Amino acid sequence: MHLYILHRLLYTLPIIVGVTVVCFSFIHLAPGDPISAVLPENASPQVVAEIKAAYGFDQPLPVQYLKWLGHVVEGDFGTSIMTHRSVVSEVLPAVANTALLAIAAILLGFTFGISLGLIAGFSNRRGTDQSVTAFAVAGISIPHYWLGMVMVVVFAVLLRALPATGMGPAGTNVWLFTADDLRHLILPATTLAMIPAGVLARSVRAMVAEVRRQEFVQTLRGKGLGRARVFLHIVKNAAPPILAIMGLQFAQLLGGSILVETVFAWPGTGFLLNAAIATRDLPLLQGTVIVLATFFVLTNLVVDILQTAIDPRVRRA
Amino acid sequence: MSAVAEKAVIAATKPARGRATGGFWRRVARHVLRDKVALLCAAILGAIALSAIFAPWVAPADPYKTSMIRRLLPPFSPHFILGTDELGRDMLSRLIYGGRVSLTMGLLPVVLATVLGGSLGVIAGYFGRHVNMAIMRIIDVFYAFPSVLLAVAMAGVLGAGIVNSLISLTLVFIPPIARVAESVTTQVRNQDYVEAARATGASAARIIVQQVLANVTGPILTYASSLVSIAIIISSGLSFLGLGAAPPIADWGLMLNTLRQAIYVAPVNAVLPGAMIFAASVSFNLLSDSLRTAMDVRA
Repeated sequence: MHLYILHRLLYTLPIIVGVTVVCFSFIHLAPGDPISAVLPENASPQVVAEIKAAYGFDQPLPVQYLKWLGHVVEGDFGTSIMTHRSVVSEVLPAVANTALLAIAAILLGFTFGISLGLIAGFSNRRGTDQSVTAFAVAGISIPHYWLGMVMVVVFAVLLRALPATGMGPAGTNVWLFTADDLRHLILPATTLAMIPAGVLARSVRAMVAEVRRQEFVQTLRGKGLGRARVFLHIVKNAAPPILAIMGLQFAQLLGGSILVETVFAWPGTGFLLNAAIATRDLPLLQGTVIVLATFFVLTNLVVDILQTAIDPRVRRA
Repeated sequence: MSAVAEKAVIAATKPARGRATGGFWRRVARHVLRDKVALLCAAILGAIALSAIFAPWVAPADPYKTSMIRRLLPPFSPHFILGTDELGRDMLSRLIYGGRVSLTMGLLPVVLATVLGGSLGVIAGYFGRHVNMAIMRIIDVFYAFPSVLLAVAMAGVLGAGIVNSLISLTLVFIPPIARVAESVTTQVRNQDYVEAARATGASAARIIVQQVLANVTGPILTYASSLVSIAIIISSGLSFLGLGAAPPIADWGLMLNTLRQAIYVAPVNAVLPGAMIFAASVSFNLLSDSLRTAMDVRA
C-alpha cells in the first residue's frame, strides 16, 4: 500500500512538470511578441531589445523555462500585466470563490444523482428506470451555460425570486453566510450540479443493476438476510467505482465552471480567465491554469489512493 | 518459404475475419435500426444537418439582413416565425444557417482527434516499451487538464477564431482517444493471430493495417462517437465566450452570446439558440449510447 502511494506520487511529479511546460509555452504560442502588451507604441528596436532583456526574453528557451519554473515553485507567478498586482494575489481569492461554488454544486449534484441512481437501480418498474435515465441523459447533454441562462430567465426575470448574477456580500466566509448569500449561490450551484447529477444517476444505476445481478446477492437473500442488509451489501460493492467517478467529477467542476461563472458573473477563476484572455494578460492566464490543473492532478491522485485503500482489487503495479 | 507461409496464414484468417466483421457490423446496424429512440435522434440530426446544408433554399429569409425597426420581435410574429435577434435578423434563418458552423465544430474536432489520437494510441500500444512511454506520458500531461479549461485556455492563447478553436478542441480530444486506442491495441497485440502474422515475417505496418486496425477500429469509433456531444457543447461554449466564430457569422454559441444582453427584454429569443445546441447534443449522445449497446452484444 505504502509502496503504491509512493509510486503514484512519483508518477504525479513529472505530470505536474509537464503541465508547467505546457503553461510556459503559452507565452510563445500566443501570436505577436510576448512583450507587445508592455511595449510603448512605435518603440525603437533598441528599446525593444532592452525590454526583452529586462524580461529575460533574449535568453534561450530552456533557460527561460527553468528561470520561470524556479519562480513558480516559490509561488511567484509573476505580475499581472493589467492590474500590476502579483498573480497569486489575484488567483487565490478567485480559486476560493470557485471552490465554494464547486463544493456547493458537488454536494447538490452528488445527493441528487446518487439518490436517483439508487432509486432507478433498485426499482423494478420500467417507468421509474426510464425517467431517471432520461434525466441522466439530459443532465449530461445539456449545455450548462445555456441552462444557466434559462434559470436566470425563469427565476430572476419571470418569477423575480432569486438574484440573476453576482456573489453574496459574505464572499467565501461561510460563517457569515446570510440568506442573501445563499440566494446568490442557488442558481449557479444548481446549474453546475446538473452534470455530476446526470453522470452519477447514470453510473450508480448501472453499477447497482450490475451488482444486483451477481450471484452473491441471491446467496444473501437465500440465507434469509433482511432487505436493508442486502441493500448495504450491494451498496458496498458498488461504491469503489462510483467513488472514482465522484472524484473525477469534482476535479472537472473546478476547472469546468468557467462557462457557468461567466453566465452568473461569479467572481471565480472563470471570470479571471476571461479577463486574462480579453486583456491578453498572459502571466495571469498561466497562473490560473497552473493552479487549476495542479488541483485537478492532485484530486485525481487522492481519488486513486482512496480507491485503492477501499478496494484492494483495483491496485495496479 | 516465408512468403508462402504468410499467404497461407492470411488466406486462413482473411475469410474468417471477413465473415466475422461483416456479420458483426450488420448486427450492429440491425440493432441500431430497431432502436426507436436512436432512429428519432438520427432523424432530428438529419433534419438539422440537411436544412443547414441546403440553408439557402430552406431558410425563409436572409440570415444577415439587419433591420433596426424589427429588433427582438417575439416568436410567432408575422413573417418571423421565431422572431428576430438584437439586430432585427430572422431567428429561424439564423438558427438554420447556424447548424453549418455548430455541427461542423462538433464533428470535425472529434474526427481529427480520432485520426491523430487513434494513430498515436495504436502506435504506442503496438510497439510498447519506449515508444509507448514516450507517447503516453506526453498524452498524460494533456490529460492532466480539465477539458473545458484546456479548450478555453488554448483558444484564449491562440486568439479568437474558428480555426484556433478547432485546433484547441482537437487537442482536448486527442488524449482520451489515444488512451482508449492504446489500451485496446495492447490487448489485441498479444492475440494469437497477431503472433501468427508476426511469425510469418509480416512487417509491423502490415500487421497494424491488416490485423490490429480491423479489431480496434470498432471500440475507438464507439468511444469517439460519445465525444461528439461534448464537442458540440464545448465548441459552442467557446463561441459563447467570444473565442469561436466571429460576428456576424450565424453560430448557435455566438448567437447565445450576443442575445444574452437582451435576456431581460426578449428572454425567449435569448434562449432559443441553446435549445438547438441541446437538441443536437442529446441526439448525438443517445445515438452513441445505442451504438455502444449494439456493439456490446457481440457475443
